[in-house]
Formats: sequence, structure tokens, C-alpha cells
Amino acid sequence: MTAATALALSLLIPFAGSILIAVTGKNPNLRESVTLATAVLLFADVLWLLNAASSPEPAPALMIGEVMPGLTLALEIEPLGMMFGLIASGLWIVNSIYSIGYMRANFEHKQTRFYICFAIAICSAVGVAFAANMFTLFIFYEVLTISTYPLVAHKETPEARQGGRTYMGVLIGTSIGLQMVAIIWTWVATGTLDFTKGGIISGKVAESIVPVLLALYVFGIGKAALMPFHRWLPAAMVAPTPVSALLHAVAVVKAGVFTVMKVVIYIFGIDYLSATGASNWLIWVAAFTLLAASIIAMTKDNLKARLAYSTVSQLSYVTLGGALANSMGVIGGSMQIAMHAMGKITLFFCAGAIYTATHKTEISDMDGLGRLMPFTYGAFLIGALSVIGLPPMGGAWSKFYLILGAADAGQFIIIGVLMLSSLLNVAYLLPIVGRGFFMNSAVGITAHEQSQSAVADAPPGNINYGINEAPMFCLVPLCLTAAGCIVLFIYADALYQLLESIAG
Amino acid sequence: MIATHLPILQVVVPLIAAPLSVFCRRGTVAWALSFIVSIVALVISIALLVQVLDQGVLSYELGNWAAPWGIEYRVDAANAIVLLLISGISTVVLPYARTSIAHEVEANNQTLFYTCYLLCFTGLLGMVITGDAFNAFVFLEVSSLSTYVLVAMGAKRDRRALTAAYTYLVMGTLGATFFVIGVGLLYMMTGTLNIADLAQKIPEIGANRTLVVAFAFIVTGLGLKLALFPMHLWLPNAYAFAPSAVTVFLAATATKAALYLLLRFMFTVFGTGFPTFGPALTYMLLPLAVIAMFAASTVAIFQVDIKRMLAYSSVAQVGYMVLGLSFATVTGLTSTVLHLFNHALMKGALFMALGAVVMRFGDATMDTMRGLGRTMPWTMAAFVTGGLSLIGMPLTVGFISKWYLVVAALESDLWLIAVLVLASSLLAVIYIWRVVEVAYLEDPPVEVTAGEAPLTLLIPTWVLIGANIYFGIDASLTTRVAEEAARVLLGTAS
Repeated sequence: MTAATALALSLLIPFAGSILIAVTGKNPNLRESVTLATAVLLFADVLWLLNAASSPEPAPALMIGEVMPGLTLALEIEPLGMMFGLIASGLWIVNSIYSIGYMRANFEHKQTRFYICFAIAICSAVGVAFAANMFTLFIFYEVLTISTYPLVAHKETPEARQGGRTYMGVLIGTSIGLQMVAIIWTWVATGTLDFTKGGIISGKVAESIVPVLLALYVFGIGKAALMPFHRWLPAAMVAPTPVSALLHAVAVVKAGVFTVMKVVIYIFGIDYLSATGASNWLIWVAAFTLLAASIIAMTKDNLKARLAYSTVSQLSYVTLGGALANSMGVIGGSMQIAMHAMGKITLFFCAGAIYTATHKTEISDMDGLGRLMPFTYGAFLIGALSVIGLPPMGGAWSKFYLILGAADAGQFIIIGVLMLSSLLNVAYLLPIVGRGFFMNSAVGITAHEQSQSAVADAPPGNINYGINEAPMFCLVPLCLTAAGCIVLFIYADALYQLLESIAG
Repeated sequence: MIATHLPILQVVVPLIAAPLSVFCRRGTVAWALSFIVSIVALVISIALLVQVLDQGVLSYELGNWAAPWGIEYRVDAANAIVLLLISGISTVVLPYARTSIAHEVEANNQTLFYTCYLLCFTGLLGMVITGDAFNAFVFLEVSSLSTYVLVAMGAKRDRRALTAAYTYLVMGTLGATFFVIGVGLLYMMTGTLNIADLAQKIPEIGANRTLVVAFAFIVTGLGLKLALFPMHLWLPNAYAFAPSAVTVFLAATATKAALYLLLRFMFTVFGTGFPTFGPALTYMLLPLAVIAMFAASTVAIFQVDIKRMLAYSSVAQVGYMVLGLSFATVTGLTSTVLHLFNHALMKGALFMALGAVVMRFGDATMDTMRGLGRTMPWTMAAFVTGGLSLIGMPLTVGFISKWYLVVAALESDLWLIAVLVLASSLLAVIYIWRVVEVAYLEDPPVEVTAGEAPLTLLIPTWVLIGANIYFGIDASLTTRVAEEAARVLLGTAS
């Protein structure tokens, strides 16, 4: 198998998977087997690419075709994209297992549509990861938006529709209204959109308006959820939890910050940005989003809403890393893509498991649940610690490098902001675990409908507190990703080696 | 031998077939005749395009009367692509029309329908291919008069088609009259009606009040025919109440042919050096185009009848085309010609999808669309894809058009315009998504028993959808021809 074939397969496998899912829609077991097989195949393919990319030969590349004169659809492997591709395809396997447990346990409707759209979304996320130029990236970025809309509006209730509208409105609005202007501006000014080491802007656009171009890009990439264009992310929480877990903690949002990183590194070039200071303003916007979103998160009682605002905040770490425009900042920001993905997907898996087992969504109702669901709460604790950035969880490394980056840039206030933000993370994430383990629940906690009546009949003080976890299909994935958070702490060096070359 | 006569055959074949079809007793026979004629015309137009790309301009003298005196047919890249578009769309529409028209037009009128259709087809081809200003007027009227009849045939479904056709008749006649007055003034000043000859004589006369008046009459008259805001009032009702197949054909071709004539007269006949050329662009066409983009799209958002909604969307899209030409640059004109072609593909596909809904339910209002994602999955999938193309999503032709238009605006340093173009396409997101929401997120009313549209409607629809995607992924052919056309119009062809 040549590298070009493997690249083509990385798009064709999920695409073919979506068709097969549609064909086998009548038979749920077969349909889910197809999803799982597709996910495993895709991950194997991406691993093969990782192997091919680490050999000294030129990076694998594939030219699909020329859309307009000079504008090509092309794929190419580079370290940052490799990392994102690995995360998206690897977590898809875990998430597919989780989806099976969650969607069946909650009797969700139109599951075939759900799995089809999921496969297309992953296909476009991989396309974003491996895009060789901004034009290709933009195309997959838009496909990702469209393909996730049916997932957000999945429940078809008025709230789901309203959420879907906000989702589409913000994402399409920013991408067409701002990002496309930026891309075409770049094209008119430089005559190329290829991702080039060291950037393509230098000398082509007047230095004084480079910050404007950068602003069009970073605000145009609505998926990065930089304030004030972050509203779509909380709105997307109406989706079933597997969607929130993989797409709105990993694939979609990470596609956003990944694009920001790509633009910073390969369109502007970090040397150019740090020399001109064109990205200084972005440091402050990112820092503001980082703190503001954390503070909003503390006010949310709905667990998924709180996690959503936490994601908005954590995404800004990546943007911040890019805005610092030095090698430590870029490495820290890129690492954050991986670390936060693993931590946040764990938290969402736990939220979904709690909902599946108890149908509770508000944090204030979750007192004492930890004793019924010890595995879920244990995993939640690990995920939370990783998101906060405490060792021995992966999240510690990304925060560490970001602080180094801020120090290198001489931005000491930013170091303070990062510290403060970690404290805020503690304040809004750990109480959830604390309540679960230490508070007594006022009412008996029940899981399945049949046991509900039994508990109601039981006299107070005599409630069955036996372990009552979500189905295994939900439980195993969240334990896996929790373990992943710890593995990432130990093997962060491999990731550092991978990313080192882009920052050099 | 026959290759040299292709330009005249392009027009004469459908022209002769039109009266012949009157003699067909049954609609089916007339339909078969029209379809064959349409295929022949398509083959001719492809041959012409290939020849033009190969050898440059083709000139054909009718009856061997030498050019400035006799009528000349002149084919270059600019009209070859419009000819291809008209005959191509017609070939796709006719298979669709057979089922749709049998459903929407009285049985005893069907033969007449195809006669009028062929006349309209002839007129559109004629006004595009001719190199003679007065001949263009004649064909413009041939196509217009037959169009009025075609629109009125929607009366079986909705009697309001009659008033729509009447309004269109009044407005269209005004437009055509303005046009012919302008041509008359040109003739008065130059003594010639040949377009190439006019193009030479007008700069020799230079600034002259009569010529300026002629310019004004021609631009206004054609503006009416191509539904340039605010002269678009005839269009929404005509599109909404005409039989579905007619709407598809008109939306994809009629305004496009008028736009081609506008391009031809403005750029070839008068030329960019003409005294009022610059001001007309800056103070009239550009502002009107921008207003059209926003006003018509906004009105579209509030429509209940989806056919009307798309009709208003067409007015907005005409704005994009006129905006491109108002830059008067190669890239600007390229974007106009590209969008002329691409918009025909997307609107054709969208109206076809709606036609299928109309056939099943008798109308296409927001209420009808409820739950159609489930009951008519293929039709609605086509509608969504066409809608995405209209919005300008990547991998569709709409994206290519938007891209070129914005590039053209940025090249002319019109920053604000570039932003406005993209901002206005967000309005398209709203009006398309309104329908998508209702179709996919609401359940169909219980009493609905109608199912998917027949294949005779679905296949042509999907052919156009396929074209939307094909030319959206590989735009090398369309961009090449459009750029060549732009160079021809600006007189900078290699």
C-alpha cells in the first residue's frame, strides 16, 4: 500500500462506512457492527500513516484534483494533522461503543441517520486533519458543519431545533461571513493557499492590516468558540451525549482550534507573528474567553452546560498557545488539543452514563450518586483532574508548556491568568465529584423504571444503595478514556517529539 | 459541409419543428418531437462550443448576404456557453415536462404547449446567437410572447396564473419596446444594425446625446427582461404560477438570455470607453445589484409559497450576476458568466424538486413541506443539495460562483462589496434552512398518503443536481469558457 492510497482510504473508509450503515439500517446489530468495523479500519489506516510519516521519506501526500485554476483539493501529512487525525479516529472507536450503549438504553429514534451523519462527520474531521491547503481545509470544515447539524437537532423537539439554528447560524455565519473573506483575501494577496512552513503572508500583506486578516481568520473559525462566537457550543448540547462527547469535545471543536493552529503556523508563520506582534491582541481575547467561560461554567447547574462552557474555556488555551507565537506556546497549545480531548470526552461519557442510569441532568440532583456509580465517578474524577491540569494526568503537560510559552513571550500576566483559570476549573469540576461521593441524597436514587417503584415503596432510611451503573457499553469506554488520561501523562514525550518539528 | 451551417441550424431546427408540432394530434407525439429537436440543438451547441474554443469566433451570413447589410450569426465563447446552457437545460427539462405537464395542463392544450415551448426555445437561442441588433429584438419577442402563453397555462392549477401572465405581458412588452427604441436610435445614428459593425461605428461618433439615450433605453429595457431590481415585479408571480416545467425552464434560461444580451450590448456594442458606461455601472448597476442581493433575499425569507420564495431568490441571484459585470474587469465578467451558468443549474434543480412536490400535493407551501424528508426522501435530498449550492457551500457550483465574485471584488479593491456578497448569502441560509427544518424535523400530517415522486421527475432533477456537484468539484471547463467569454466581451481575447 502506498502512502497516497492510505491517505485516500482515510477519507474513503468512513465515507463507504456511511453508505453501508444506510444500507444495513434495517438491522441494528449489523449496522453497529459496520460502524465499529469502519472505526477500527480507519484507526488502523491512520496508524499506518503515522508509521509512514515517521520514515525519512517525503511526507505522504495525495492530490485529488484541481477545482479551480490553482486551487487544488489535496491531502498531506504533517505532525499536527497527524495528531488530530489520530485523536479523531482513535476516539471514534471508543465513542462508537459508547453510542451503542447510550442510544439503545435511551431508546433514541432515527438511529440510522445518527450513525450515518456520525461517519460523515468523522470523514470530514479526518479531511480537516490531513488537508494540504486552506482551500481543502475549508471545504471539509463546511462539510463537518452540515453533517453535524442533523446530530444536534436529533431530538427534533423545539429546543433541539432552536439549538440547531444557533449552531448552524453561528458556524455558517462566521465561516462564510469572515473566514471565507480571509481565505479569498489571502488568495488574492499571495496567489497560494498551500500550508507552507514559515507562512505565506510575510511581505504580501501590509504589516499594519495583518492583525485584521488574523482577526477574520480566528473569528471566522467559529468552531474555535472564541468569544463572542461561542454561543453555538452550549446550544449544541441538546444533542444526544455521544455527539457532545466526540463532536463537541473532540472532533468539531478541535477541528476549530486545529484550524487556528494551522493558520497561525502555516499561513502566518509564528516567526512572522512574533516579529510583528500582529497576534498580541489575540492573547488578550483568548485570555478573556478563558476566564469568562470558566466563570459562566460555575453558574451552570446543568451538567452538560457546565461542561460546554468548560470546553469553551479550554479551547481558548489552544488559541492562546497559537497567539503566543513561540515554540513552547505552539507545542503547549497543540498538546492541549490531545490532552483536553481525552479528558473532556471522559467527562461527557460520565455525564451520559449518569443520564442513562438515573435520567438526571442537573448537578444539584446528583448528590450521593457516586456511591451508586463508583466507576463512573472515579473516571469523572480522573477526567476532571486532567482538565484542571494536575499530574499524573495528561492535561498537566499542556498547561506546563503553555506557561513556559507565556514566560518565553514575557507575558507574565498570562501566567497568572492560566493559574487562576486552573483554580476556577477546580471550583466548578471537583464539587460535582464531591457531591457524588460525600453528600447524602435526599431521595432514593433509582435507575431503571422497574426498580423505581420498589424504592418508592421502601421505608425511608432503608434504601437500596447497591451499585447501579450504566450499561457496560457505556461504562467500558469511559474507563478506557480515563485510563487514557493517565497514559498520556506517561507518554507525553512521544507527543512532544511529534510536535517538536512544527515549532522548530 | 453541414458543419459550416451549424449556427443557422441551431435556430432553424426548433423554429421549423414548432409549427409542425401543431399538427401532432396527441401531446405525447408533440413531446417526442420537442425532445428530439432539443437533443439535436444540444448536439449542435456542443459542436459550436468545441469549434469556438478551437478556432475562435464563428461567423455565418444568412442567405450569403454580406455582413453589415445581411443578418450575421456570430458565435464566440460568450454566447456559445449560453447556447449550450439553453439547449442543455431544455433537454433535461423535457423528460421532466412530460409527466409534469400531463398533470398540470389541460389535455387538449398539451400539443399547443409544446408548440409554444419550441417557439420560446427558438427565441432564446436566436436572441443569443444572432449578431444583429434588430434580429435580437425579433427573437426576444418570439421568446417573450410564447412565454406569456406558457405562464398562462398554469391556470389549471391556479387561476392566478392568468393575471401573472398578463402582468408579465405588460412589463415584458415595456422592456422589449424600450429595447427596440434603443436599437432604433442606434440605427438612426450609425446606419447599421450589425453588432460588430455598431461596435466599430459608435466610438467614431463619440459622445452624443442620442447615443446616450439609446444606451439608457437598451440597458433599462434589458434590465426589465432580466428582472434587475426594482424592475423584477413581474417575476415572482410568473414563476410561482407557471406550470412547474415552465418555471424550471424560465428560471434557468430566460433571464440568462436577457443578461447575455445586456452583456453583449454594454461591452461589445458600446464598450467600456463609452461616456456613460462608467457612471452607469457605478451609480446604477452596482447599487441596484447590491440592493437586489439584500432586499430580494429578505423578502424571500418571509414567503409562504416556496416557489415564490425561490423566485425572489432568483431576483437576488440576478443581483450577483449584475454585480460581477459592474466591476468591468476580466474576473468580474468571468464571475458573471460563471454564475449565469451555475445559477441555471441550481435554480433548475430546485424548481424541479418543487415541481415534484407540486405534482404530489397540488402546491408547495411551508405547510406542504412538513415531514417531506420522510415521505419524499429523494426529492428533498435534491432540494437540500440544490439549496446548499444556492447558499454557496463548497463542492457545489454556488461556491465557485461566490469565490470568483469575491475575488473580483477584492481585485477591484471593493472590500465592502466583498463582505456584502458573503453576508447576503447568509440570508440564503435562512430561507433554505427554514424549509429544511420543516421538512426534516416535523412529522408529516397523518392523512398524507402521497409518496415519492415518479422517476421521470426524479431522474432529470438528479441529473441537474449531479451537474451542480460535478461542476462544483471540477470547474476547470466552466471557468475556462467563462474567462474566455469575459475576454471576448472586454475585447482582450487572445
